[in-house]
Amino acid sequence: MKYFFFVFFFFCIYILYEGLQKDPNLVPSNLISKEIPEFSIESLEGKNFTNVDLENKEVVILNFFASWCPPCKIEHPQLLKLSNNIPIFGIAKKNKKKDLLPWLEELGSPYEVIGMDHNGLQSINWGVYGLPETFIIQDGLVRYRHVGPIMKSDLEIFKNLTKKK
Amino acid sequence: MIIFIFFMNIILSEAVAIEPNEILKNKELEAQAREIGKELRCLVCQNEDIQNSNADIAKDLRKIVRIKLEEGQSKEEIMDFIHSKYGDFVLFSPPLRFDTVGLWLLPISFFILLTFYFFRKR
Repeated sequence: MKYFFFVFFFFCIYILYEGLQKDPNLVPSNLISKEIPEFSIESLEGKNFTNVDLENKEVVILNFFASWCPPCKIEHPQLLKLSNNIPIFGIAKKNKKKDLLPWLEELGSPYEVIGMDHNGLQSINWGVYGLPETFIIQDGLVRYRHVGPIMKSDLEIFKNLTKKK
Repeated sequence: MIIFIFFMNIILSEAVAIEPNEILKNKELEAQAREIGKELRCLVCQNEDIQNSNADIAKDLRKIVRIKLEEGQSKEEIMDFIHSKYGDFVLFSPPLRFDTVGLWLLPISFFILLTFYFFRKR
């Protein structure tokens, strides 16, 4: 019995040690391999932007961003690079047009369409909990979710995942 | 000391981060919203419910809970909706499933095991 408790003690230490190495800020997405949620929001140009726009293309990137979010500025050059090969759609969270337009003018726009998520509810619909977040959508299914800014070192992952068959 | 702890409990349990403009006029729905808020974890703050958190995402979640309550949705429907979007992390009590059964049964089995061990005849 004493031996059992000894082993059990080290088992607990091991579990704790493993657990401490995990990043509690990374919440796994519950949308992976599922169909994209239905939505319909106003785009920057005042048109309708819906899930059908994303389903019609083979591979698309959907990026949640805002002009008030500093890490979004960091990932911007990477998005511009990716936009040469893959259509990128954006959803601007709680962003006013008068703030967003100068930001895009200064940095350039990688986006085909930008949806305006005025009240932040569309972000909840996608399970977004921080900005920026990026989804890769293939044939209407969510393939991959990236939390945080896309750095230069992440470009390879994105290029591999968005290769056309 | 006990009296102090008792009063601190009362004071602290009333502290919530809900802002006045978020509160619903319908008192019954508001009470329901608070009940739901206690069971949902804020995603960016470690182990805080959305009721007590000032984070942006917690505010948005409180808002969507209230919007859906006003639309007439039940507590289960709202919990299911948010669970489907954010996964198990958002719930304080994980659902009983094949891969989570250990979470529920291990503490009970340890308790029974240790009780036996403690009270066994020497």
